[in-house]
Amino acid sequence: MATEPLKGSPHLVPAPLIGPGYDYATVTDKISSIVLTQKTPRSWIFGFAVAFFLLMVLMFAIGRLFLLGVGIWGIEIPVGWGWAIVNFVWWVGIAHAGTLISAILLLMHQEWRTSINRFAEAMTLFAVSCAGMFPLLHLGRPWMFYWLFPYPNTMKVWPQFRSPLVWDVFAVSTYATVSLMFWYVGLIPDLATIRDRSKRRVSQKIYGILAMGWRGSAAHWKRYETAYLLLAGLATPLVVSVHSVVSFDFAVGIVPGWHSTIFPPYFVAGAIYSGFAMVLTISIPVRKVYGLEDFITQRHLDNMAKILLATGLIVGYGYVMETFMAFYSGSPYDKFMIMARMTGPYMKFYWALIFCNMVVPQFLWSTRVRSNITGLWVISILVNIGMWLERYVIVVGSLARDYMPTMWYRYSGTAWDVATYVGSIGLFLTLLFLFLRYLPMISIFELRQLVPPEKRPTAPGATRATVEG
Amino acid sequence: MAQIFHRSTNILSRLTIYGALFILAGLVWAAYIIYSSPYFTEVNVARQQPVPFSHKHHVSGLGLDCRFCHTSVEESSFAGIPPTETCMTCHSQIWSDSPMLEPVRASYRNNTSLEWTRVYQLPGYAYFNHSIHLNKGIGCSTCHGRVDRMPLTYRENPMQMQWCLDCHRNVERYVRPREDVFKMDYVPPGDQLALGEKLVKEYKIQKLTDCTTCHR
Repeated sequence: MATEPLKGSPHLVPAPLIGPGYDYATVTDKISSIVLTQKTPRSWIFGFAVAFFLLMVLMFAIGRLFLLGVGIWGIEIPVGWGWAIVNFVWWVGIAHAGTLISAILLLMHQEWRTSINRFAEAMTLFAVSCAGMFPLLHLGRPWMFYWLFPYPNTMKVWPQFRSPLVWDVFAVSTYATVSLMFWYVGLIPDLATIRDRSKRRVSQKIYGILAMGWRGSAAHWKRYETAYLLLAGLATPLVVSVHSVVSFDFAVGIVPGWHSTIFPPYFVAGAIYSGFAMVLTISIPVRKVYGLEDFITQRHLDNMAKILLATGLIVGYGYVMETFMAFYSGSPYDKFMIMARMTGPYMKFYWALIFCNMVVPQFLWSTRVRSNITGLWVISILVNIGMWLERYVIVVGSLARDYMPTMWYRYSGTAWDVATYVGSIGLFLTLLFLFLRYLPMISIFELRQLVPPEKRPTAPGATRATVEG
Repeated sequence: MAQIFHRSTNILSRLTIYGALFILAGLVWAAYIIYSSPYFTEVNVARQQPVPFSHKHHVSGLGLDCRFCHTSVEESSFAGIPPTETCMTCHSQIWSDSPMLEPVRASYRNNTSLEWTRVYQLPGYAYFNHSIHLNKGIGCSTCHGRVDRMPLTYRENPMQMQWCLDCHRNVERYVRPREDVFKMDYVPPGDQLALGEKLVKEYKIQKLTDCTTCHR
């Protein structure tokens, strides 16, 4: 176990991953009781109400969009990509932590992933749903969105496979599918636990259907392990591929400020950066409200803060390199673009982004800041804001200052842009609240593997049993 | 504890899990079939008209040329629907008492148009021009079929983009000499491909598959 202390070097002893005093039964009780309790906590009802209201704002904004078209947004040629695409890239970025935590950290045997992987994956799914919505909404005729897929059609035309926008469709839909499979397969043993512990017929049926007949036999576990590892292997390349492809949407275009080879790695780092920021933003209040400090420990937060710092540095390197390359390239357009970013009409966005994404994470070098939970939460939110601004600067700033001064345009989003964006946060939170209430938010059976050996039952073969009395 | 599910659930769940992909593929296939069926495209479905005008009678029976009524087909994007006066050139003299033709006479008396039900309708985002097709050697019957055999007019072709592209991508299979475009009974020669390729060069037929050729 990683929790075994290293002798002689006290500051190298890792803090435990699970609070003291837990055994198999109490871990299961603690997590499943959140789902099985008859009383819904007041804080949940309040939070859900707010989220649901925002979701209705989204529905209203989309309804209006369907009636009147994309003209209700502030877009105007040459700025054809406004808030919608900014939000798309922002949400896809947030969706990256889930797979990274689930797949890559699993393959690297990082046990601390266990208590955060379930809801990080859930967050990934919900963020992908929000992300996928925006490119479809920004189509002139959103109800024709299925034209993006190569399906047998009566037009005898295929999507333009040379366009990165089509690669995007495949990248994002593959990512959504694999994330869903990964999340769901991981849920099955826990769904069976909930089914078995449930007292009510209806919930027994619902969780029973979802558990797909899981009985926790050795054969089930063997297949489960194989499937989970295979899915982890499948998901690993997706962590880097999805946001690379999203970055091609820009990098393949010849717009100054877009046409850059650094985009794929820089976007991937940014995605992981914003993903971990979002995991922190959500896990800090959730562990407080549900009293899960023993499962999502200080060490988890500390580890996530370190990843935030590391990816933040990569992103910062990206900003510096973009500026350097603009001058090094000698291209007057690139030079102009960088100067326009720093001193032009969108300079407020640019410097705010530099502050949020480059300056703020530097505080994470300090152990004191990393162990200050409120401070960490504020930093994570600032990073989220910074990442949104980054996409705004890239998307809008570059388009608004095209090659021809006659084509310049001063873009700003309208109230409907804001409503759609805030509404998408509502969709995300609504799904998240439903998840917290109706599904085990922490992987029960994986967390039990973190129970110290002396607390484990001694009966042979009982180490992995899910179904108990 | 009692069983939550009946035994039959086993087979049901296996069927749905293993069958999901097939069910999905089947649905896509069914949608394709419905979208290309006459139910949707209205191919071969004769329309009811205010007057049961028969192309068969007028074209193969009386020998009228297409252009006698559709006068602008060679110069304009629109072939032209004849004014009531065209009908009345003959029908003021023959069948002038026929009750079937009363709407035509009423139209002439009251100076109102006959409201025919349109058979061939293209969506507004597709640009189409009759004259260019005729002048580059595409005959009426290539798209409209044997109108001279239609008692009531029906749609010969589905008017879906795949049908347009079928010709735009392989025009040498359909092109004919200019002087034959109005011939309803034109039969392509045995060596159509050789003739087609020659005509494509001769008539300078080009840029058929640019998006902007039709979607302007």
